Amino acid sequence: MSALITCSHVDFGYENHDAVVDLSMEVEEGDYFCVVGVNGSGKSTLVKGLLGLLKPTAGTITVAEELKRTGIGYLPQQTRSQRDFPATVCEVVLSGALSRRGSRPFYSSAEKRMATSAMEKLGIQSLQNHCYRELSGGQQQRVLIARALCAARKMLILDEPITGLDPWAIQDFYGLIRHLNREEGVAIFMVTHDVANVVSQADKILHLQQKALFYGTPSEYEKSPQGRKFLGGGDLWE
Amino acid sequence: MGVIMEMLSYPFLVRAFVGGILISICAALLGVSLVLKRYSMIGDGLSHVSFGALSVAVAAGWAPLFVSMPVVVLAAFFLLRITENGKVKSDAAIAMISASALATGIVATSLTTGMTTDVSSYMFGSILAMSPRDVKLSAMLSAVVLGLFVFCYNKIFAVTFDESFARAAGVNVSFYNILIAVLTAVTIVLGMRMMGAMLISSLIIFPTLTSMRVFKSFRGVVLSSGIVAAVCFCIGMTASYRFSTPAGASVVLVNLAAFSGFWAAEKGIQRKNKGERRL
Repeated sequence: MSALITCSHVDFGYENHDAVVDLSMEVEEGDYFCVVGVNGSGKSTLVKGLLGLLKPTAGTITVAEELKRTGIGYLPQQTRSQRDFPATVCEVVLSGALSRRGSRPFYSSAEKRMATSAMEKLGIQSLQNHCYRELSGGQQQRVLIARALCAARKMLILDEPITGLDPWAIQDFYGLIRHLNREEGVAIFMVTHDVANVVSQADKILHLQQKALFYGTPSEYEKSPQGRKFLGGGDLWE
Repeated sequence: MGVIMEMLSYPFLVRAFVGGILISICAALLGVSLVLKRYSMIGDGLSHVSFGALSVAVAAGWAPLFVSMPVVVLAAFFLLRITENGKVKSDAAIAMISASALATGIVATSLTTGMTTDVSSYMFGSILAMSPRDVKLSAMLSAVVLGLFVFCYNKIFAVTFDESFARAAGVNVSFYNILIAVLTAVTIVLGMRMMGAMLISSLIIFPTLTSMRVFKSFRGVVLSSGIVAAVCFCIGMTASYRFSTPAGASVVLVNLAAFSGFWAAEKGIQRKNKGERRL
């Protein structure tokens, strides 16, 4: 397997404080990579860095040529104003093709076909002319994943994707992500609070608290002191 | 029909119609993005700043349009910054700026000419306000706004729907936000003297909210907003002439009627769908 993104000794910071310090990690093709940590531990900063929206203050990020060409699909946190946005499912999914548009103003039929196939993969084709705001939380999430797939097939970055979903939709969501990862070979990079669910799914776990407190496989994580604390199994008073 | 022919025989009314329709369409299109991003307050804030700048300019004897234009554009940058940064306090900050700008305008006017009909016409608009130069400027503005919505339509959709995603897709989100705020500022300055400072923001907000009642797609909302704005303006203007009511207020009331109509239509559609589901 080849590495899609390699970070070596990377620092990210804003004007007067460091958000992420000395981070080394690797996202490989077909990986299921999860980042956990408390609020303000630098997870969102890391996502911005991987998307190229923030330059590292030290260290290097190497992005594979292949990934540079195909791009990264991104699923940001949902905003409040989106929930009652008047747009059809088709319009939202198609907007994923934007990164390939460059300065050309209109979408081509090839891009429209790509949007259709992304909707097929997520089983939302029958909803394509429905209004986004009339969908359930889980359906909206599927639409946004389809949009991300329309942007890129190799790798998805998901930022706290289960926020605001009901328990049933959460299970559905994890099933979907696992399917995309195993069957379609999409590398997943997910930032989440939901450690308990993630441990059973991911290939790699990064516990971030400015620095990498833990970086390894889920089974190692369950045995590590950080993992035991975060999973609630260990002694909190340690 | 006779009323319309009669109206069109007055050059100032022809100017008011042409300029007003163009400005209404610009305001409605820009309004779609502003309203959906929860930036409606920017439009309201800008109209108050515009009033302040205009009153000060008139009181000082400067050319009103060329003083208020840069001031309002600057205010647009500033209000956008406030709204983007502090989500929690931004509405309060904009309300504060609005009131201050209004107060500055009123004090400046009362110190020089006194509170005359001029002030009233800035606040509530005057049908006589469209000069030939205003019409030319409105035509230029609408060319820019329409061009933006045709050629950058997909980017505007992305920026309006999801800034984070658009940014990750390589769209210069700040550029589009500033562009929309600046074009809104120009629209407000041009439309204010006809519609009135207190009423111009309705041109930005109403058409979108009206269209959202019935249309489910972004494209539908954009197209319908433009059409609703133009139609409401024409009806309002004709009513204003026929019944000698103030132009701006008449247009706003027609917009309110359109909103109520669309709202009733939405309820009707929902009831019909429910009925069908039951069958």
